[in-house]
Amino acid sequence: MLVTEAAIDIAAELDALERACGGAVATFTGLVRDDGGVEELFLEHYPVATEKALSDLAAEAARRWSLAAATVIHRVGAMAPGERIVFVGTVAAHRAEALEACAFLIDRLKTDAPFWKRETRGQDARWVGERESDRDAADRWKRS
Amino acid sequence: MIDLLYFAWVRESIGIGHERATPPAEVANVAGLIDWLAMRGGGYAEALGDKTRLRAAVDQLFVPLDASIAGAREVAIFPPVTGG
Repeated sequence: MLVTEAAIDIAAELDALERACGGAVATFTGLVRDDGGVEELFLEHYPVATEKALSDLAAEAARRWSLAAATVIHRVGAMAPGERIVFVGTVAAHRAEALEACAFLIDRLKTDAPFWKRETRGQDARWVGERESDRDAADRWKRS
Repeated sequence: MIDLLYFAWVRESIGIGHERATPPAEVANVAGLIDWLAMRGGGYAEALGDKTRLRAAVDQLFVPLDASIAGAREVAIFPPVTGG
């Protein structure tokens, strides 16, 4: 679990996941979209709470699925369209567990971790609003 | 004395990300704290006037706005999160 201003090195992360001795590696990479001419995406976070939220999510994933390894890396600071903003990787014995745990981690990260996005288009900088679809995606992982 | 943290547009409207304050004894929960801060007017009133747009954490734990602030060392006030 890592929050960083540095670029995300996918090859190095995949390499580490493949060394975890599972039969299945699933990954998700989120990129900065240029949504209507976005020139810069700025990511702010609440440092201590972010670390706690990410480690709580990892612990919950480890309880629900049998994982050999899990990686979550989220960038903060200023980014340009096309840059990697978030990376999630999971390793399990078989694909179903790896894929489900990977989807769980990215869905819940969007609603449970204190990150905020600000988009800049020319002179116009605005904070991104909450998305109902993100809330629905996270809710599907609640136990009934 | 409570450490108050503001993030995203709450921070920008208020103009600072961190301050310390001692709310009066009758301020019992997060919603009361927000109302008390909003009474300062200006950027505080602008940022904190509509509580439906706000979320909070007490000592780094996400809480509903009716959560108590008794004994809290740090209260963070921010908009809904938008990471990922």
